[in-house]
Amino acid sequence: MGAHHHGPAKGLSRWLFTTNHKDIGTMYLWFSFSMFILGGAFAMIIRAELFQPGMQLINPAFFNQMTTLHGLIMVFGAIMPSFVGLANWMIPMMIGAPDMALPRMNNWSFWILPPAFLILASTLFMEGGAPNFGWTFYAPLSTTYAPPSVTYFIFSIHVLGLSSIMGSINIIATVMNMRAPGMTYMKMPLFVWTWLITAFLLVAVMPVLAGAVTMMLMDIHFGTSFFSAAGGGDPVLFQHIFWFFGHPEVYIIILPAFGVVSQIIPAFARKPLFGYDSMVYATAAIAFLSFVVWAHHMYTVGMPVAGELFFMYATMLIAVPTGVKVFNWVTTMWRGSMTFETPMLFCIGFLVLFTIGGFTGLMLSIAPADFQYHDSYFVVAHFHYVMVAGAVFAMSAAVYYWLPKWCGRMYNEAMGKTHFWISFVGFNIAFFPQHFVGLAGMPRRIPDYALQFADFNMISSIGAFIYGASQILFLYNVVATIVAGKPTSDAKTWEGAEGLEWTVATPAPYHTFETPPQVR
Amino acid sequence: MLRVSSNPVVDTVVKLASTAVVMFAFVFVVMVPLYDVLCDALGINGKTNGEAYTAVQAGVDESRTVTIQFVATNNEGMPWDFGPSVTMMKVHPGASNDTVFHARNPLPQAMVAQAIPSVSPARAAAYFHKTECFCFNQQPLDGDTSAEMPLQFIIDRELPGDIHTITLSYTIFDVTDMAKGAIAAR
Repeated sequence: MGAHHHGPAKGLSRWLFTTNHKDIGTMYLWFSFSMFILGGAFAMIIRAELFQPGMQLINPAFFNQMTTLHGLIMVFGAIMPSFVGLANWMIPMMIGAPDMALPRMNNWSFWILPPAFLILASTLFMEGGAPNFGWTFYAPLSTTYAPPSVTYFIFSIHVLGLSSIMGSINIIATVMNMRAPGMTYMKMPLFVWTWLITAFLLVAVMPVLAGAVTMMLMDIHFGTSFFSAAGGGDPVLFQHIFWFFGHPEVYIIILPAFGVVSQIIPAFARKPLFGYDSMVYATAAIAFLSFVVWAHHMYTVGMPVAGELFFMYATMLIAVPTGVKVFNWVTTMWRGSMTFETPMLFCIGFLVLFTIGGFTGLMLSIAPADFQYHDSYFVVAHFHYVMVAGAVFAMSAAVYYWLPKWCGRMYNEAMGKTHFWISFVGFNIAFFPQHFVGLAGMPRRIPDYALQFADFNMISSIGAFIYGASQILFLYNVVATIVAGKPTSDAKTWEGAEGLEWTVATPAPYHTFETPPQVR
Repeated sequence: MLRVSSNPVVDTVVKLASTAVVMFAFVFVVMVPLYDVLCDALGINGKTNGEAYTAVQAGVDESRTVTIQFVATNNEGMPWDFGPSVTMMKVHPGASNDTVFHARNPLPQAMVAQAIPSVSPARAAAYFHKTECFCFNQQPLDGDTSAEMPLQFIIDRELPGDIHTITLSYTIFDVTDMAKGAIAAR
């Protein structure tokens, strides 16, 4: 590492004070993986309790804390930081920049994250327990009826929101100002494009989330009544504000995953991405539409019919650019010389399962039908198909795809494929039955259920345990690769891979592109 | 495009950070008032206007009769006895009508209540004018006392013809804690 100039500092201070995008990317990735394990452990507790009807292991109050923290940690602690980590590692290398535009701020935006989640996790040990109002923290559950720890929850949301905003500003500043000569916008790799658009979404909506929790704070401690009907406020207002943030948020999670898949599928189909321009425009269209569909999360609050219709049609419209993307991925593979290494397997798994999640999303967008699905396990099945089989599968694919470049060692392919197949099978066993119990009327976020749901819940729990266990294999494979993987020094790990990141040495030197490359 | 700094990175950062600040302010100064305006304008949630209506002399439409139903609900933990003196009235659009709600505070200590109205069907809300209502203000009541709380309203002559029955619902909230300052001043 670092043959010329200076290499990394030694010891703990390397990580504490680093301004190197690769170091910070690595820290983001490890932090998000540890959060993934923590949030996953909470999911295991949830599924263990739901293994059989009746209360077996934990009490309902603790169950509610588990569903809340599972959601919060997976969304804000695992998925979002993992893609920020990937952005840190890859964006400078993909656009031919020596580092991020604001390295010092980069250090800050990472290092305020662990304290934020430490505060959030510490609420578990507080009097009254951790937040128990669901990850959507609807008022008045999160205000009038909240445990005292809600104030710590609010503070932690403020801090992680700040981290996200700083990270996004950094990404936009990097992409807009630090591209290598010749790297025009329409030559940027799609991962860079999806992240650029995601970062704009983050800058626009994370402050809205901060506003929502600030209003909660004021209602709880300073006597305002934003969400309290008694003082002239309205709890429904909370839902509007939350989902005005929340719907762009789901695209914040999935757009970088789209970017990853758009990098990997062409590499293993050995064909350029089909319809690059339409991919860029589709991403922008999805981002734009995400601001005008928020109320489809709240069809049952009693909106005027005109409102229901507007949000229904606007939501259905999103299926068009999303369909363009799925079509382009499939067409990229069409008549390609395909091989099925682990990253490609995860991408194909993503494509199939995300499309299923997209279709259930289309079902949920139908306002009259949504009254049946609302707050049922059908919704749980839907968003796990897009969040887990979407974002997490894409993240797994990304790690396998770029890991050899990062550490100069090859992972164990057989173990990687085993990880994929166990994940794929476990995931479907866990979440496919939830569609059926949801349609049959099982509500989400309950610790106990009617007897007719017993068999499917047991199947679901078994699948969840299988999926959970497969992540241990993933961890083992990654650690084994870093410690003792087969060394590789091929600049291009994958025959079909394209992009500037594959032109630098393997493992990637501590400093890359100190002289900008010329892009033609 | 406007440049705030000759350093392009600083320029980008300043613009984006300002966007974030504007979006934070947007929630408070745009979204909240806009929601209230939309609810008032469209009658969403059956909200009626929180201020007294100034009656306009438009004459009474004797040809139409509208049934008004009164519903009273206690919010969770509110111990008052609270209800309408009559549960139903038949009124003509344009006419001024009076009724009272009874309230009794059964507890020994003084309390303050706030009634929140809701009209159903929601689209009737814009045509339900209150010239006087106990819901306009917080209602203090000493311990173990009763009060009659007046309501005076006019149904607008423009009320859509297909609406024959309007339900006016009040939910009464205990706002003693919120109004502590007010009691101390009394």
